[in-house]
Amino acid sequence: MNQPASTAVVADEAAQYLTVNLGNEEYGVDILAVREIRGWTPVTRIPQAPSYVLGVLNLRGAIVPVLDLRLRFGLAREEYTATTVCVIVMVAGRQFGVVVDAVSDVVEVSPSGIRPVPDMGTTVDTEYLKGLTSVGERMVLLLDVDRLLQPQDAQMLEAALANTDVKAVA
Amino acid sequence: MSKVDLAQFHKAFHEESLDGLDAMEQALLALDEGAEDPELINVVFRAAHSIKGGAATFGFTDVAAFTHVAENLMDEVRSGRRPMEKAVVELLLRSGDIIRDMLSLQMAGQPGASAESQALLGELSAMVSGGSAAPAAAAKAAAPAETIEGWDIAFRPFDYLLKTGNDPARMFRELEAMGPLTVSADLSKLPPLADMDPSSSYLAYTLGLAAGAKRAAVEGVFDWVDGDCDLTITPRVAAPAPVAAAVAAPAAPAAPRAVRDVAANSEASSVRVGIEKIDTLINLVGELVITQSMLSQFHDGVDASQLEMLRQGLAQLGRHTRELQESVMSIRMLPISTVFNRFPRLVRDLAQKLDKKVVLDLRGETTELDKTVLEKIGDPLVHLVRNAIDHGLEVPAKRLAAGKGDTGTLRMEAFHRGGSIVIEVSDDGAGLNRDAIVAKAVQRGIIASGDGMSDDQVGELIFEAGFSTAAATTDLSGRGVGMDVVRRNVMDLGGTVGISSKQGNGTKFTITLPLTLAIIDGLTAAVGEETYIVPLVSIVESVQVKADATRSVVGGGELFRFRDEWLPIVRLYDVFGCDGTRRAIEDGIVIVVEGEGTRIGLFVDELIGQQQAVVKSLEANYRRVAGISGATILADGSVALITDIAGLVRLQGRRKAA
Repeated sequence: MNQPASTAVVADEAAQYLTVNLGNEEYGVDILAVREIRGWTPVTRIPQAPSYVLGVLNLRGAIVPVLDLRLRFGLAREEYTATTVCVIVMVAGRQFGVVVDAVSDVVEVSPSGIRPVPDMGTTVDTEYLKGLTSVGERMVLLLDVDRLLQPQDAQMLEAALANTDVKAVA
Repeated sequence: MSKVDLAQFHKAFHEESLDGLDAMEQALLALDEGAEDPELINVVFRAAHSIKGGAATFGFTDVAAFTHVAENLMDEVRSGRRPMEKAVVELLLRSGDIIRDMLSLQMAGQPGASAESQALLGELSAMVSGGSAAPAAAAKAAAPAETIEGWDIAFRPFDYLLKTGNDPARMFRELEAMGPLTVSADLSKLPPLADMDPSSSYLAYTLGLAAGAKRAAVEGVFDWVDGDCDLTITPRVAAPAPVAAAVAAPAAPAAPRAVRDVAANSEASSVRVGIEKIDTLINLVGELVITQSMLSQFHDGVDASQLEMLRQGLAQLGRHTRELQESVMSIRMLPISTVFNRFPRLVRDLAQKLDKKVVLDLRGETTELDKTVLEKIGDPLVHLVRNAIDHGLEVPAKRLAAGKGDTGTLRMEAFHRGGSIVIEVSDDGAGLNRDAIVAKAVQRGIIASGDGMSDDQVGELIFEAGFSTAAATTDLSGRGVGMDVVRRNVMDLGGTVGISSKQGNGTKFTITLPLTLAIIDGLTAAVGEETYIVPLVSIVESVQVKADATRSVVGGGELFRFRDEWLPIVRLYDVFGCDGTRRAIEDGIVIVVEGEGTRIGLFVDELIGQQQAVVKSLEANYRRVAGISGATILADGSVALITDIAGLVRLQGRRKAA
């Protein structure tokens, strides 16, 4: 269960992906990384966080950051509705929540069925994708969950903050 | 009997040995100060003895061989053949250090005798064999009435002896090391083979040791089986009659002797517990505290007839929760003596090196502190003690010239005050040299001039980073090496450090620490929709500030008058980027807080109340956030962030610099 999400693909067996909806697109999250799926509840905002980090919530005593996948990909923020869910994932011993429009399905994807993502020139940065696959008529973009909340992000942010917070409050 | 994997006992052996070495060091230091308690000598001997035994069991031959020689030296002292002189104490103290090093290397998987240990082994052997008197001659001289040529030992183990992990064969080998040994076994109790339980001991032994060893040494061999056998040891005054049948000891099963060693050494009053387990427990209790406070909000919405019962039940739950929390927290608490114990040695060595006379006065050693705090407070304390001896206390001649006794006193005292622990390190040395510090601070541009500064304010200067250079120490007769580091370390523990000094009369450092890092008392403050927790220990006062008591400074800074000082105002909604509803200074509340010796005023919308907060890490799943030290969970299950006052002060400083 604690296997990093990315290595699951290496095995030649089909891996299961939880598919989630974001607008008209369907994304796949390696099911081994998924801890639980919960409805949207308000979170506590954290200062100096990137815009896509909505805040932190209390997951049975642990403080877990929650990020909005739309904002992470630079899409416009949607109103949260009854179907809005927060998928709690665990990557490299860290847990975080990912807010998506809805969850739809669990699909099996064999490694051979994964194609590289063409440079689509869209808003979605291919950097966060492992590849794309077809399930029947549907196209599913496989998320590289490891990269959604990267340490580099935090460092870059830290560097940027050193300047901005001086300016912001001066 | 199946083969036992001894490796699983290595860690226990290592820990027990280190404890033994600590006990040995304390006893030696007490002996060094002239305490004439034979029990102290026994403590040293027993520590060496069990380390040797354990090391031999686990095949750590280097350690065993080294300890064996040290033990022999100690045995000479114990048996009165050698006085407990300074030279012996010194040598044994150094031996303890070497054994400690050897054990650490052994545990790290890199055994091997260092040149240092070889040299010391040489010194030890020389003292044991040559020294001031030959052992045998000394024995005769010391006890002329008892000319012992050997020992007859009747040893009848109880049938369960082997099950306690003791092996007669090993004990016989130990005796053999003292001189020629004969062993004969009494087979009369041996049952028919079919009825025999291989883990029972049926044999009785008669031993003859043809050597003038001391009774204590012979008895020492049987230390572990005391009470598990019938033992008679009679000295042989006449020529020894050789015992006929020399039967080799039966091949006893290789029992895990370490089990017995551990059991025998560890005190019933203490238990080693994995820290993760305790952390989990503390977490759970934290949850329980939250649940309880959640429940307690229900009691007005209930049918009146049930109200009284609910109220009683809640009161009970509250009491139990509190008790449970307290007792769980106490698992983490250890007496500060575990830290203080390293100082007698340090003080002794430093005083010797610097030709100073120092008496160490330790007080309040039973005061308990959280284990995490204990682990981190050691280094700052070592720093303070080094400084006190190096720079604070004068050499005897100088002390006499100043009209004081030639021996300086260094006092370390720990005690509770309110919800905190206070540790004071004070000396009766020369005190801080005010003029030199002021001169240095002016030179470094920290202050413009020392006029109007109190002595304590001048003292505070040595915590500035600029004072931590080597140049500063040579220029100043005061202190200054890395005091900023001391302050930073104490700050990291959520504590404060203060200084007071009188020139010529000594210096006192006062460290105030929270009892635990896991729970804090905090003031909840609202900023717009958000709730922040301000640690109570940082709060000086909360005040309502009138608009005419504030001043704006060019560059955007804002100050307000708090008693005689002008303090900067830090608007939390500004720093944390939230929607504070109140902008005008007189509408909100200013919380005067102190961090890193600096005071600032935090402007918030309103105060909600005081509560205990179970501190949760933000970094476990996210990362560090400037100005935030962690998070906690409120009664409604939502998360509130805990402000990091030292961090906010630093942010404020950066603002000033910009």
